[in-house]
Amino acid sequence: MLATKEMIDRSMNDSNKELTPSRQRAAKTRRRWNELPIEAVIRICGFSAVFFVIVIFLFLLREGLPALFSVSPLEFAGKFWYPTFGIYGIVPLLLGSIVVTLGAIVIALPLGIATAVFVHEIAPGWAREILKPLIEVLAGIPSVVLGFLGMLVVTPLIREYLGAPTGLTAFAGSLMLAYMALPTIISIAEDAIDSVPKSYRDGSLALGTTHWQTIWGVILPAAKSGIIMAIMLGIGRAIGETMTVMMVTGNAARLPLGLDAYFKPVRTMTATIAAEMGEVAQGSTHYHVLFLVGIVLFLVTFLINVVASFIIIRGTPRRGGQLLH
Amino acid sequence: MSSHTNQKFAFALVTLATLIVVVPIIFVAVYIVWQGIGGISWTFITTMPSNGMRAGGILPAIIGTVVLTFGTAIAAIPLGIGAAIYLAEYAKDNALTRGIRLAIINLAGIPSVVYGLFGLGLFVLFLGMGTSILAGSLTLGLLTLPVVISTAEEAILAVPQSFRVVSVSLGGTKWQTIRYQVLPNAMPGIITGVILGLERAAGETAPILFTVAAFYLPQLPNSIFDQTMALPYHLYVITTQVPGMPIAIQYSTALVLLVIVLSMNIAATLIRRHFRRKRLW
Repeated sequence: MLATKEMIDRSMNDSNKELTPSRQRAAKTRRRWNELPIEAVIRICGFSAVFFVIVIFLFLLREGLPALFSVSPLEFAGKFWYPTFGIYGIVPLLLGSIVVTLGAIVIALPLGIATAVFVHEIAPGWAREILKPLIEVLAGIPSVVLGFLGMLVVTPLIREYLGAPTGLTAFAGSLMLAYMALPTIISIAEDAIDSVPKSYRDGSLALGTTHWQTIWGVILPAAKSGIIMAIMLGIGRAIGETMTVMMVTGNAARLPLGLDAYFKPVRTMTATIAAEMGEVAQGSTHYHVLFLVGIVLFLVTFLINVVASFIIIRGTPRRGGQLLH
Repeated sequence: MSSHTNQKFAFALVTLATLIVVVPIIFVAVYIVWQGIGGISWTFITTMPSNGMRAGGILPAIIGTVVLTFGTAIAAIPLGIGAAIYLAEYAKDNALTRGIRLAIINLAGIPSVVYGLFGLGLFVLFLGMGTSILAGSLTLGLLTLPVVISTAEEAILAVPQSFRVVSVSLGGTKWQTIRYQVLPNAMPGIITGVILGLERAAGETAPILFTVAAFYLPQLPNSIFDQTMALPYHLYVITTQVPGMPIAIQYSTALVLLVIVLSMNIAATLIRRHFRRKRLW
């Protein structure tokens, strides 16, 4: 019974991977009129994502643009953020986000790629069975729990061992964010490694290289576009993270310039919105400015994702065996 | 150095990096259980907070998170599965479809706090829902939507093409094929994806900050138009906003949140394993 089914499957899979045009037409004519409503509903669901992205952007604009009546774009590009005095310069917040995110990626990227290599290439089966769920667990830990542990465990260590006057620093934020971005980076990097054609690997090994030389010289370069995507989406994940950075970075809206900025408090765009929105009067300048900051965040992540998805389209994985055809 | 010593050295480094990633994860889980288990009691999870949250239980926060998770499910699942069916079975490979995919990727990338802003602007203020369970659920549902769409689409695409061919060749219409062949076979994958999406929603704080979460509300919500406490926000409040908060309660609250979220994670993993073993293709 089972064997027959498998046989049907296999033959079907091989010969009928795609319906030929004539069959597709035949399948189409077999629709019924009373199925049109449900198909219309499905179509609407399909378009919903586009609708929501547009609506989100329009609403951010609707609530954010009025800020420009009282805060000129020049002021908004200023170097100081003192809402109590009506001074709304986004630069310290923008730089804060960039500094924390950059630190996170510098920490997470080597660790993430190494873990992906380990899981995909080196780990024995049992280790893979443990590692994959563990990394999923990391992805599932709520950011507020990580922030809580960061406050109680990580920042005292930073204060004690790295000599920062307070542990609540940009570095603490980068460290926590690195772990939050790791699951994203690991899974995309692993997919990228997985989609390198087997023939590349075989060709390299047949030339007498060691496993490591193959990984370093052939597999990782071939997985380059996927790894770049891992970096981009990791950045996207890190720059949008809110609760953890709000809890561990100290939230001082000062200009983070120079390397020692990592050992001083810093404030990100996300933390600013989360911390201040609760206290502003609806419709005030401050309220609208916070939406303006939200627009900047939206545009930054939008840009990152558009670029990343062009990488997907351009670097479509070349599946195995193509060299033989 | 010979290439084999080289390889040993490199593999050692890679293994070390993996340990640096993995050990803290285990540490986080073990440490929170170790610190928090002492404060867990029947009273803690079934009574109202008292004395400005410094004593008593966390019942309203637990209930709030459960209610919000259900609300998220109702908001995100039908729409998400519908969109997945469209993308997997109906969409042609054209500019429009590429636009939809781009939109989904972007939806997944929008920072959670921006969802919070949007929820405040649209649901709370513009549509006049106020800070309510309804507004919070819709906001969280929107945030979960891209996860549901992409995992459900993957599950639908994993159903072998032969199932569709046979169904159509037996005279089934397109919708009958989807309804009776594709969806039942894709269901385990869809359920797994939905649970993973809801897991994320249950742990989110930023989107509910301005849309539903109450700072301190020692009573249960009566309707979907009420505010409610929620575990992630409650943890944030008691760890940063309440002076003199006993540390044991903080750890116990974190433990309860972690258990709720991770049990969803484990459920998803078990369902996936179970059906992968049972599946015939």
